[in-house]
Amino acid sequence: MLSQANEKKLDEIISHYPVKRSAILPALYLAQEEHGYVTDEDVKYLAQRLDMRVNEVEEVVTFYTMYSRKPVGKYKLQVCRTLSCMLMGAEQIAEHLEHKLKCGMNETTPDGKFTLMEVECLGYCDLAPCLQVNFDYHEKVTTESVDKLIESLK
Amino acid sequence: MTNVLTNRFHLKGAACDIQVYEQHGGYKALPKALKEFKPEQITEEVKKSVLRGRGGAGFPTGMKWSFVPKESKRPKYLVCNADESEPGTGKDRDLMRFDPHQLIEGMIIAGYALSSNTSYIYIRGEYWYIKEILEKAVAQAYAKGYLGKNILGSGFDHDLYVHPGAGAYICGEETALLESLEGKRGHPRLKPPFPAVVGLYGGPTVVNNVETLAVVPHIILNGGEWYKALGTEKSGGTKLFTVSGHVNRPGNYEVPMGYPLMSLINNECGGMLGGRKLKACIPGGSSVPILNAEDCEKMTLDYESAASVGTMLGSGGVIVMDETTDIFETTRNVTHFYKHESCGWCTPCREGTRWLYKVFERMHRYEGRPGDVELLYDLADKILGKSFCALGDAAAMPVQSAIKKFREDFERRIKHNIVQIQKAAD
Ligand SMILES: Cc1cc2nc3c(=O)[nH]c(=O)nc-3n(C[C@H](O)[C@H](O)[C@H](O)COP(=O)(O)O)c2cc1C
Ligand code: SF4
Ligand code: FES
Repeated sequence: MLSQANEKKLDEIISHYPVKRSAILPALYLAQEEHGYVTDEDVKYLAQRLDMRVNEVEEVVTFYTMYSRKPVGKYKLQVCRTLSCMLMGAEQIAEHLEHKLKCGMNETTPDGKFTLMEVECLGYCDLAPCLQVNFDYHEKVTTESVDKLIESLK
Repeated sequence: MTNVLTNRFHLKGAACDIQVYEQHGGYKALPKALKEFKPEQITEEVKKSVLRGRGGAGFPTGMKWSFVPKESKRPKYLVCNADESEPGTGKDRDLMRFDPHQLIEGMIIAGYALSSNTSYIYIRGEYWYIKEILEKAVAQAYAKGYLGKNILGSGFDHDLYVHPGAGAYICGEETALLESLEGKRGHPRLKPPFPAVVGLYGGPTVVNNVETLAVVPHIILNGGEWYKALGTEKSGGTKLFTVSGHVNRPGNYEVPMGYPLMSLINNECGGMLGGRKLKACIPGGSSVPILNAEDCEKMTLDYESAASVGTMLGSGGVIVMDETTDIFETTRNVTHFYKHESCGWCTPCREGTRWLYKVFERMHRYEGRPGDVELLYDLADKILGKSFCALGDAAAMPVQSAIKKFREDFERRIKHNIVQIQKAAD
């Protein structure tokens, strides 16, 4: 189940397409926003809501990297590792974060606040190195600016 | 710099507001198109412009539109490819966040040319804030009567929706994108039939890149001949290039087709970072063959010149690397990307990219075995031209071209060679 507000949003989204199933990607974002990750109930519920089979929803969730099937930290720190960012020092940024948060890649800090991830090109190559905190972009980051950023995330 | 697509960029995003866009020449092409042109005349004008697709493949846009059958039982669709995930590329990002109405106006005109009543913008999920910018702009366009029923009294109806992707490079491939839009995994479809005949929900569908569609209002306002004359005879118009890597002023630059690559690096981008020497450049996103400094001197930014130095213009992502760069490491980096992004549908790409990366890993640890450089080349050969979609080629070409042009960076990784180098030093 989704909140009333999100149910309304989903109704509107479904109306954009001739088949309900097309709404699965936007619907999964709504579920993830509400529950922090895509839960087993979400998968079952959205299958029924969008005329899909449960395994069809599961297939979709596991294909796309922006969905998580298990709990993640409040802040997903996604450091770009691809070429343009690598040339501008992405590796140092990633290592710095690992040390600072005492947390490896694809791990969550014990307090549940941060999940650290390396991701592929974010489309900010000319503003490298870059990272994303949940959906927010941070461009031309340095070890100093990353320190400030971490402090600002409560 | 020639400003066609970027002529409202100096407003720093103020053109997201429809009034500002209109004050700066916006929504003039749409009424002109609806009043003065029949749908097929628009396609003719686009053909005259010799505009070629800016998404990577460079397919002539007017020709693609003319493949769509006039009569169709199923609805026709226009889909804007805003998945922008090719490493090195961030041009569609700025076209959408600084001037969303330019794209929307282009799409409505393209929709009219194709007699299509529905279009979608498929935007990568990471660009969430840009999706919101687009949605706001779309709502404004509806409120002004540029979208919806009977647009400006013309009798033409058009609806436009924004659809988010969710982090899969392969969904930039047009048929995988259509699968994704239908709510499935993003596996490519067999071609033919091409989307222009059987596309979204089985209807004739044109998929075009953001930049391609953003050009359309300018062609309608000023004419196809005018647009063509901005560039070279065969590569008409201007193009946006995203320059990243070791330059003083990385960024997005619009230049006329045929502009020298070195001028882009030295003038627009203010030269090499720290005054160091240029070693290599990938001129069209990570998928195209790499160039050495000598090739760069010869290359101008157009389709023909790119082919003459053995590369492609691709997405226009220019990645610049200075003399301190190890081309083995940069190639390992992009191979990781393709291994990660392989959709797993066909064996040569799924298994081949994994094997490639495995060899890269041991060479990275300086544990390369004699013959490993040849092995890499050979593995790439087993993927090239033997995969289900072009992602396989995109994984193979960078490896082969890097070995051809920068072999010494690879040889250094072979264990046997390291022992020899050490012996020589002792
Ligand atoms: C693996 C792969 C990824 C692609 N990614 C994109 C992309 O992100 N954006 C894009 O416009 N085209 C991309 N393309 C090209 C599209 O398949 C298609 O050719 C293009 O959207 C057509 O638009 P155009 O004719 O306007 O260039 C990709 C192709 C492949 C094979
Ligand atoms: S070449 Fe790669 S991305 Fe394309 S279908 Fe095969 S496995 Fe998928
Ligand atoms: S390589 Fe990091 S944003 Fe493109």
